[in-house]
Amino acid sequence: MLPGLSPFIFMVILWGMNSVPAQAAVIQVTIDNLDFLPAGIQAKTGDTITWNNKDIVAHTATVRGGFDVMIPAKQSASLVMKKPGSFDYYCRFHPNMKGRIAVAPE
Amino acid sequence: MLVQWSAAFAALGLLSTAAFAQGTANPTDPQIAHIAYTAGQLDIAGAKQALSKSKNKDVRAFAEDMVKDHTAVNKQALALVKKLKVTPEDNDTSRALTKAATDKRAELAKLKGAAFDKAYTANEVAYHTTVNGALQTTLIPSATNPELKSLLQTGLKIFQGHEQHAEKVAAELP
Repeated sequence: MLPGLSPFIFMVILWGMNSVPAQAAVIQVTIDNLDFLPAGIQAKTGDTITWNNKDIVAHTATVRGGFDVMIPAKQSASLVMKKPGSFDYYCRFHPNMKGRIAVAPE
Repeated sequence: MLVQWSAAFAALGLLSTAAFAQGTANPTDPQIAHIAYTAGQLDIAGAKQALSKSKNKDVRAFAEDMVKDHTAVNKQALALVKKLKVTPEDNDTSRALTKAATDKRAELAKLKGAAFDKAYTANEVAYHTTVNGALQTTLIPSATNPELKSLLQTGLKIFQGHEQHAEKVAAELP
């Protein structure tokens, strides 16, 4: 490799690193005995929320006028948070189940 | 204590005075298991009637949820009584519940369309309110086996969800 090129390559690499978004996280929410645990979570746009349903009945994570994720009994379901904002969600089948996600812009 | 529950049914006009008077005072675990299982099966029967009669999307979705949830809970209940070697025991409260639900289905069978949807959802609210009250005041406190108590507690949370769901469907009927 030509020695004169290496600072340029180095700069290109730096520039490239800078443009790559921070690693998106996967945030776990456990559903146990009709509770979203934890009930409140904080995420960034691009993060994935995974709901792990330990109950014997199906649940949903539903935002009025927004997303609606079906989480079958004893299974998991995921959703990527695309929009920033604060979302109150509930289970359509058991509206006594409530949770909240605060999504910060990335 | 079961007398209180029977009183609630009587207040709703669901139970006859005779059935009220016959209410089991202190239900045993085999009786509690029978009452809880029966209550679930009766709600499934009501939901199946709704699925055969209603054309309302929300009412049908609710009825489908009732079939799924109560089937899941009762499957768990059957597995538990088998494990505990408990034989569910028929009793006056189970019989009274069955009679009240059978009469209600006969009454609902005569209705159709919006009138059926209104009567079915109103009854689902009342039914879950009554059964949840009985779970809280009588069945859960009377249950002696911790696993049975725990399943009843989970059931209560699920059925409280149904009560709220039924209220929402009833409130949003066209």
